[in-house]
Amino acid sequence: MLRPFTLHRPTSADEACALLAGLGDDAAVYAGGTELLLLMKLGLLRPRHLVDVKRIPGFGDIVDGPRLAIGAAVTHRTVEQSPLVRARCALVGAVARHVANVRVRNVGTVGGNLAFADPHSDLATLFLTLDATLELVSPRGRREMPLDEFVRGPWETARAADELLASVRLAPWPSRSYAAYVKFGVHERPTLAVAVVLALDGTAATGGDRIRDARIAVGCVGPRPVRMAAAEAALTGASIGDVEAAARAAGDAAAERVDPADDLYGSADYKRDMVAVFVRRALRIAAARARGVEPAERFPHAVVA
Amino acid sequence: MKIRPVVNGRLRELEVEAHALLLDVLRDGLDLKGAKRSCDTQVCGACTVLVDGLAVSACTYLAVETDGRAVLTVEGLADGETLHPLQRAFVEAGAVQCGFCTSGMLLTARAMLAENARPSRGEVLHYLRGSLCRCTGYRKIVDAVLAAAENGPAAGNGQ
Repeated sequence: MLRPFTLHRPTSADEACALLAGLGDDAAVYAGGTELLLLMKLGLLRPRHLVDVKRIPGFGDIVDGPRLAIGAAVTHRTVEQSPLVRARCALVGAVARHVANVRVRNVGTVGGNLAFADPHSDLATLFLTLDATLELVSPRGRREMPLDEFVRGPWETARAADELLASVRLAPWPSRSYAAYVKFGVHERPTLAVAVVLALDGTAATGGDRIRDARIAVGCVGPRPVRMAAAEAALTGASIGDVEAAARAAGDAAAERVDPADDLYGSADYKRDMVAVFVRRALRIAAARARGVEPAERFPHAVVA
Repeated sequence: MKIRPVVNGRLRELEVEAHALLLDVLRDGLDLKGAKRSCDTQVCGACTVLVDGLAVSACTYLAVETDGRAVLTVEGLADGETLHPLQRAFVEAGAVQCGFCTSGMLLTARAMLAENARPSRGEVLHYLRGSLCRCTGYRKIVDAVLAAAENGPAAGNGQ
């Protein structure tokens, strides 16, 4: 059962922000409700007003451009099925296909997922490798903020009380980039998630098998998803045909960098070890894809996208 | 708030509170008991109903969201006394044990077959992820869905 609240259905961002500004702590932003209504049922959140953002023009759109803009109220399912997402960054659609279960994907939104900042978020981890920025609107105007700054910690973001998350903007990888996303866990939400991207040197015509630029993000194990600079550096210049030594070094560097906590998903030591294992595995998969091979190997309790 | 959903093919005019959950409106308001309250956290699938053809967890879905939309519960799946092809396939495959998950399994499968008339076993397993059978009788459930798909495109239709 839910405690009573008043439902507001603004039809513009200005109207929504004015409501949020006027209602203060009594209001919560509502879209799919897959996170919000759960916490309200548990009594952990008790807003007396919900501000539904699904009727705000543009919030449900995916727009192409130099960067791909996904509206805050776009559902995971829409991302999964979007031809535009598939064309610009197929892995985003593939990861959306594995968020939670089909009922959550049908209703839950990209903006809700990011703004809730649950540490076990698939999207936040993947989006770090796409240099995601968030568009925030408020009565004071618009601002854009890197995802890394937006997510401050578990369930904590840089969003002000009267601000709305309008969209997330992704910078698709350059051509000759090969990526993999691997998540592991026996619960509904992943215990750990790894996103890796390997960009090769050369051009499609000239070829080239050296890693020019590597991106690695690890999420779910710590308080927030993190890009792994040292692990990325360990891969730069490595040959895609012989990535094993660099992948091991990157896995070890990532394990050192993460900040895992003991919880029901596992001990901190266990998670640290698993980070090394899954960074290595994700890199092997991305490297195989760079060679035109889709590895058949699968791992227990893991999803590969 | 006044809402006008079409529930199992019939237009309803309902007065509901903003905080009313769809599951409570269906079970207590309309006496449609097919959708079950179980985990109450969108993990198990026992409360699954279709809204405009999409599977949702009625336990965590505001009833007001169904205004002007079509809601399908398991009670609307059969055509009178004639079972829906999925229901028939479940009976024939022995895909029902205690029956608690069955309504959710049927509706989730119905939503999948409307999108993908000939799914592979892997695709069925992917779509049913998050639909839990407490008797663990998954093999026959998946067999039944595949059999219904083989028997023709009607398995994705109904209401």
